[in-house]
Amino acid sequence: MSTSQALLALLESAPAHGYTLKHRYDQHFSRVTPLAFGQVYAALSRFEQQGLAKVVEVESGSGPDRRRYHITPDGVSRVDAWVSQPERPTSYSGSTLFAKVSVALMSGRSAERVLEQQRDAHMVRMRELTQRRHSASPADLLATTFELNHLDADLRWIDEAGRRLEELRDDMVGAAR
Amino acid sequence: MSEPTPAVEARDIHLSYGQTPALRGVSLACWPGESVALMGPSGSGKSSLLHCLAGVLKPDSGSATAAGARLDAMSERERSQHRLSQIGMVFQFGNLIPELTLLENVMLPLQLLGERATAARPRALTLLDRLQIADVSGRRAGAVSGGQAQRAAVARALVHTPPVVFADEPTGALDTVSADTVLDSLLGLAREIGSTVLLVTHENRIAAHCDRLLSMRDGAMAPQPAVTG
Repeated sequence: MSTSQALLALLESAPAHGYTLKHRYDQHFSRVTPLAFGQVYAALSRFEQQGLAKVVEVESGSGPDRRRYHITPDGVSRVDAWVSQPERPTSYSGSTLFAKVSVALMSGRSAERVLEQQRDAHMVRMRELTQRRHSASPADLLATTFELNHLDADLRWIDEAGRRLEELRDDMVGAAR
Repeated sequence: MSEPTPAVEARDIHLSYGQTPALRGVSLACWPGESVALMGPSGSGKSSLLHCLAGVLKPDSGSATAAGARLDAMSERERSQHRLSQIGMVFQFGNLIPELTLLENVMLPLQLLGERATAARPRALTLLDRLQIADVSGRRAGAVSGGQAQRAAVARALVHTPPVVFADEPTGALDTVSADTVLDSLLGLAREIGSTVLLVTHENRIAAHCDRLLSMRDGAMAPQPAVTG
């Protein structure tokens, strides 16, 4: 999953310091290993350089200055593009897809559309692989069926997520408050 | 150049079971020689639609055309005759006659259409051989494996070279490898003889074998994907 894209998307909901943003990320996406602070500050610095976020407040204290960041219109466009673009349907695209659905639900974008587009992309890939089986060597066949089974599992998840969107939306919007 | 005529066409079909609506104005077209997967969750109406198109069920309104005839406008006898000569059908559980051998099951449609046993036998055997079950052709249908029975059901559906084949969850009772074999047999043979296949399934892996995918939800066609691959 693209950590940087997810951080930018989380900045969209409200301006934040690096500290707050890291905790938002951990709450939503980092269930096993918390994100390192250094990664968050590096991403924020990069967003600023690229015009995707800007500093709206600097608080001075005993330690380093605390900088509060706000997403810019270019940043919002970047999030839009990321959420609406289907992932390349490879076996392990699931976690990014989960993040996109989560962001869409939290931000009021269409999570249904995210799932539908991904479903279509997966089915196209599945049909390519199904055709390829006919001319595959035994080793290729094994690799092809491996990918087919993973795509099938992703599709089952996509279908189930589609049936649970309302429940997920209530849960995520509630947690974001 | 004029538009080709669909091999299978539903126009604004409505169907209810008592007070429960099953189909709410469904339209679709399948073109000659293509294979189409009709997907959707349980209860979405896909089997009801297939049965209307095959003339097994009569819609409350709308038209159902398959292999050049309006089945909704026919008598039951005419529908049966049209199904026998122009349509092949494969069901989830082969629906072979268990007391007959695989060979006798496959010969049956030809004999019902008036062909002599001496002519029907080699045609059926050739097909069973193509599907790699000639070695069990003399066994009763009730005494072979699910995969073998389903391949025989495919042979029975195609032995009279029908222009249209309907398949309702044809691999629902099989493991993945057997399912792939049955699907490859069905679609490969149908392609050779130029049959149009409309296949109902709720499984993505099965649908991926077909040229085109359609989806149903709550008795209506769902919006179709922009990408077709």
